[in-house]
Amino acid sequence: MYESTLINLSLFILLLPLLGFVVTLLLGKKVKSVFIFENLIIILTFFSSVYLLYSKLANFRTTKISSELEWFGFNNFITGTKLSINLGFMIDNITAIMLFVVALISMLVHLYSIEYMKGDERYNRYFAYLGIFTFSMNGIVLTNNILMMYIFWELVGLSSYLLIGFWFEKKTAADAGKKAFIVNRIGDIGMFAGILILFLTYQTFSFDKIFSSISSGVLPFNSDFWLTVTGILLFCGAIGKSAQFPLHVWLPDAMEGPTPVSALIHAATMVAAGVYLVVRIFGLLTADAMLFIGVIGMISAFIPATIALTQNDIKKVLAYSTVSQLGYMIMALGVGAYQFAFFHLVTHAFFKAALFLGSGSVIHAMHHEQDIRKMGGLRNKMPLTYWTFVISSLAISGIPLTSGFLSKDGIIASSMAFANLTGHYLFPIFSLVVALLTAFYMFRLIILTFHGEPRDIHKFEHAHESPFLMVMPLVLLAGLSIFIWYTPNPLNSEQGWILSKWIEKPTVFTPERSRFDFMKSSSDEENNIKQSYLDAEVYKEAMHSAHYPAMILSELMAILGILFAFIVYQWKKINADSIADKIKPLYNFSLNKWYFDEIYNKTFVAFTIGLSKVLAWFDAKIIDGMVNGSAFLTKHFSFFIGNFDKYVIDGIVNFTAYFNGFIGLLVRRIQTGKVQSYLALVIFSLVILLFIFK
Amino acid sequence: MINFPILSLITFLPIIGMMIILFIPKRQSLFIKSFTIIITAIQLALAIFLLSNYNFSLAGINDIKSFQFVEKFRWIEIDGFAWLGKIKIDYLLGVDGLSVPMILLTTIITFIASISSWTIDKSIKGYFLMFLLLDTGMIGVFVALDFFLFYIFWELMLLPMYFLIGIWGGPRREYAAIKFFLYTLLGSVLILLVMIGLYFSSMETLADGTRVFTFNMLELMNPTNYTQNGILSPLNPANLRLIAFIGLFIGFAIKIPMFPFHTWLPDAHVEAPTAISVILAGVLLKMGTYGILRISYPIFPDITKDLLWWIALFGAINIIYGALTAMAQKDFKKLIAYSSVSHMGYVMLGMAALNTLGISGAILQMFNHGTITAMLFLLVGVIYDRAHLRDIEGFGGLGKQMPIYTGFTTVAFFAAIGLPGLSGFISEALVFLGGFGNNSIRIIAIVSTLGILLGAGYMLWTLQRVFLGNLPEKWNQLTDVDTREYIMFIPLVLIIIFLGVYPSPMLNLMNSSVNAIVDVVEKSGLFLKSIGSL
Repeated sequence: MYESTLINLSLFILLLPLLGFVVTLLLGKKVKSVFIFENLIIILTFFSSVYLLYSKLANFRTTKISSELEWFGFNNFITGTKLSINLGFMIDNITAIMLFVVALISMLVHLYSIEYMKGDERYNRYFAYLGIFTFSMNGIVLTNNILMMYIFWELVGLSSYLLIGFWFEKKTAADAGKKAFIVNRIGDIGMFAGILILFLTYQTFSFDKIFSSISSGVLPFNSDFWLTVTGILLFCGAIGKSAQFPLHVWLPDAMEGPTPVSALIHAATMVAAGVYLVVRIFGLLTADAMLFIGVIGMISAFIPATIALTQNDIKKVLAYSTVSQLGYMIMALGVGAYQFAFFHLVTHAFFKAALFLGSGSVIHAMHHEQDIRKMGGLRNKMPLTYWTFVISSLAISGIPLTSGFLSKDGIIASSMAFANLTGHYLFPIFSLVVALLTAFYMFRLIILTFHGEPRDIHKFEHAHESPFLMVMPLVLLAGLSIFIWYTPNPLNSEQGWILSKWIEKPTVFTPERSRFDFMKSSSDEENNIKQSYLDAEVYKEAMHSAHYPAMILSELMAILGILFAFIVYQWKKINADSIADKIKPLYNFSLNKWYFDEIYNKTFVAFTIGLSKVLAWFDAKIIDGMVNGSAFLTKHFSFFIGNFDKYVIDGIVNFTAYFNGFIGLLVRRIQTGKVQSYLALVIFSLVILLFIFK
Repeated sequence: MINFPILSLITFLPIIGMMIILFIPKRQSLFIKSFTIIITAIQLALAIFLLSNYNFSLAGINDIKSFQFVEKFRWIEIDGFAWLGKIKIDYLLGVDGLSVPMILLTTIITFIASISSWTIDKSIKGYFLMFLLLDTGMIGVFVALDFFLFYIFWELMLLPMYFLIGIWGGPRREYAAIKFFLYTLLGSVLILLVMIGLYFSSMETLADGTRVFTFNMLELMNPTNYTQNGILSPLNPANLRLIAFIGLFIGFAIKIPMFPFHTWLPDAHVEAPTAISVILAGVLLKMGTYGILRISYPIFPDITKDLLWWIALFGAINIIYGALTAMAQKDFKKLIAYSSVSHMGYVMLGMAALNTLGISGAILQMFNHGTITAMLFLLVGVIYDRAHLRDIEGFGGLGKQMPIYTGFTTVAFFAAIGLPGLSGFISEALVFLGGFGNNSIRIIAIVSTLGILLGAGYMLWTLQRVFLGNLPEKWNQLTDVDTREYIMFIPLVLIIIFLGVYPSPMLNLMNSSVNAIVDVVEKSGLFLKSIGSL
């Protein structure tokens, strides 16, 4: 096994789905069964990624493999230098794991969709779009440089546009696709600005080269401040893609896409890309940038959790829970819990995919009913969907024996350790509150959907368990939400192979002065620079002392949440409506999603459209008015000149002629042609002359 | 090696075709149409042949030795005419990395436009005569290295364009044609004035040692050629170079078109027939920026360096103002016209960066905008041919009725938005990298990135209003793309994708010349400033 084999393999994995996309798109109309080709492609992609993961972990567990080639370059014959813009791959364990997750979920979504999308008039095109989505995401995962990440980042934007608006006849779907793309672009501008700063400073896009320059003291504009700004600007991309506050508004609307697409977007692609970006740029984040990221993550974990409490659309609840969970991951990165953040990305991918596909199964059975107020009692009709949904919900709530417990508890413990080290106590407080809310709304969803009496008898009677291709992914994903795949000890994830062996510990490259105290390398460690802050005594101690309190508190919160959901919705000890009535303003605030859309529409959107109308008016009336006005003036001035010419200039000419004629007319009378009169005139003149000159 | 005058052949081939068409009876319309297509196809083949024989390492710009396929002979020679002295004007053609991309673009666009002209049904003979005359004018502008010759070709384009819009245009064609004509003529007058001013400021040394006034651009670029009292000489105490630069710049800026001289464009586009819109947006707009890079920059490097900030500022205004104005348009063609205003802003921003990345980005953007916007206008033409409507609000749901047409439109729209993988992205990214790399215009470059957001806004909004949603009853008879239209779209799509994935050939083609532009402006700029201050 050579390193180059892995590089070739990853190129193969990247390009396979692209091939699937092109073939399926071009042949989609003519060959009805071309979707089978796309499915075979994705199965091949999956097995290749399994092989890649295995080879990486078995043969090169501690090495980072990278390779790049020139895409285009600029020779400068004056200075004799060459500027190369490169494309390249970097495969570390994180890449390999992520690639596996993307391929797995993409494959399951493909297979699931064979049944779910049956009968759609653009069936083949749907699979083609899934192909380009997978391709774009693989590109983000494999890249070794920030420019290539941006390229595939935008392609993910395109894919999401195509898939969210797949049923484009529906205005809401078309709107949602457009909104997703444009809101993402807002974040992307920030990211692009960050890229500009990096390129200006380092003349390269490669992560490794940038990091090594930073550690040798080269900073943007020679200041820590601008390094912080660069980190925050790059993070803006993640705010957009990972639907963080304040750009989270596109994600709930994206539910307009087909449900398997939601699973793909929310679990493995797109939203995961944002977290993945922060993981990749972690080394250049200063303490201030991390704090910013942490706060954004915290807010993003909290706000959607409060919104999810009152939503009645099964997919909307899951959508807000996604934003909230992503907030956890982002916050985790902000508080330095690098490994847990990525771990949570993985575990969340599985259980969230299970939840979305489960909700798709319910929606499929209920004939495209998504309102949980019209469901209920589906437990016995759809046992497999129900049980996989419960397992996944337990996982997202962080109940022991699930994968979610391992990663989420780690995040809460890390935030607590971080608070102890730096004094930012809001992080653990909010993460505990969100844990409570999460458990509550997830079980509210389960109880309303699966328990109790059916509220829409007609639809209920037609409901049935979904076919094999839809249920199999659910079982598989729920299975992956059990602890055993990650660690032998269900209560301590750090003993597991995934954290201790697979996910690499982060290296920080920022100048010592701009780091958090606990991230500074202590003096005796200077011989061994490779050691991560995660292994430093002070951090280990903080984590150790936070471990049990965090576990106990977070379990308490989760169980409280679940209990409360049962009290209200299962046993109906408390009437939900009467609570809602009592706190009407708060209830409405949550139901209306904190009015983000309304505020944005009335401010930014209205301002832009208003400005565009004003400018169009300005352009047509003022700018073009000046052009037409000067034409008008010129024309009228020329008329004036014309008349002046006709009446004055030419008048003078004509007058002269007329005057001459007049004189001539007068004088003509003496030109009679008779000799006697001429004689008389001559004599007469002579007499006068003699008289004068006498 | 090519041993025949390929540049003259490319330039005057359409004129030869025109001569032949003159003798063909009017009723042979099918022959006239196909003959024009063949002429443009041969021209395209010649351009590709030229490219295959082009030496990428030679720079051109201000050094006649590194220009390629040079043709030079004395065109006008008058000995001792009054106080003017000896008048010598050369017929001087040559190409470098700045003009070859433009020649390629012109031949591609003309070929596709000639196919698009197939639907013309009014005085066919006259149309194609004008079309071919226009073709010669366009190529001529890109190969002429003598200012006088350049000016003649520049004016030569004007006349056929006037008739093409004024006779074969839409309902307000006369207004649009006159506006186009007069506005461009205003620019021409400014160019003419500066040209004459330059003529009387610089002297070239002939082989026999005599010194004569010159229109030779390369001699004009040589700062040691200035005379002591030349009106535009930096040695002249009454320094008029700034005013001359601004006049020349406005002359070219009208063609770009730069805010606030852009309002002829929407009118001309809306009224012009599809093929002419395609040529207008695809080629004619590039002449403005080409002229600035070819003439203004190397001849006025001292002023250029002082005014870069302003060029960038107007570029940014074009980008943002154009995008916002496009957003409010209701006419499909007008919207594309304003998007051109916005996209040409990137070219100006890149030029203003005055570094390798920025200028490469600017030239690449000229080429990419040429292909992308040509495609956009063709697309509008397709729907107008079928529905006789350009009102965006009047459509909807075409995605269902015309899926292939929708596919092509989606590619073109996303290319215009600057989606990676399509050509527009590379050039915009280079423009921003270049602009950000120049400290004096850094802030302007950052503000201009708003354009990529606004671009996505109006393009996707339009895409939605025309193609998504439900299909109105009256449009369920519309047919999808036919074979002729496939032939127009597929080459453009392939170019757009190819240059998006692998821009290297195009960038290598211009690399040496781009370096030379930067170098010439920097060096001669310093030199001129130093002799000016004495």
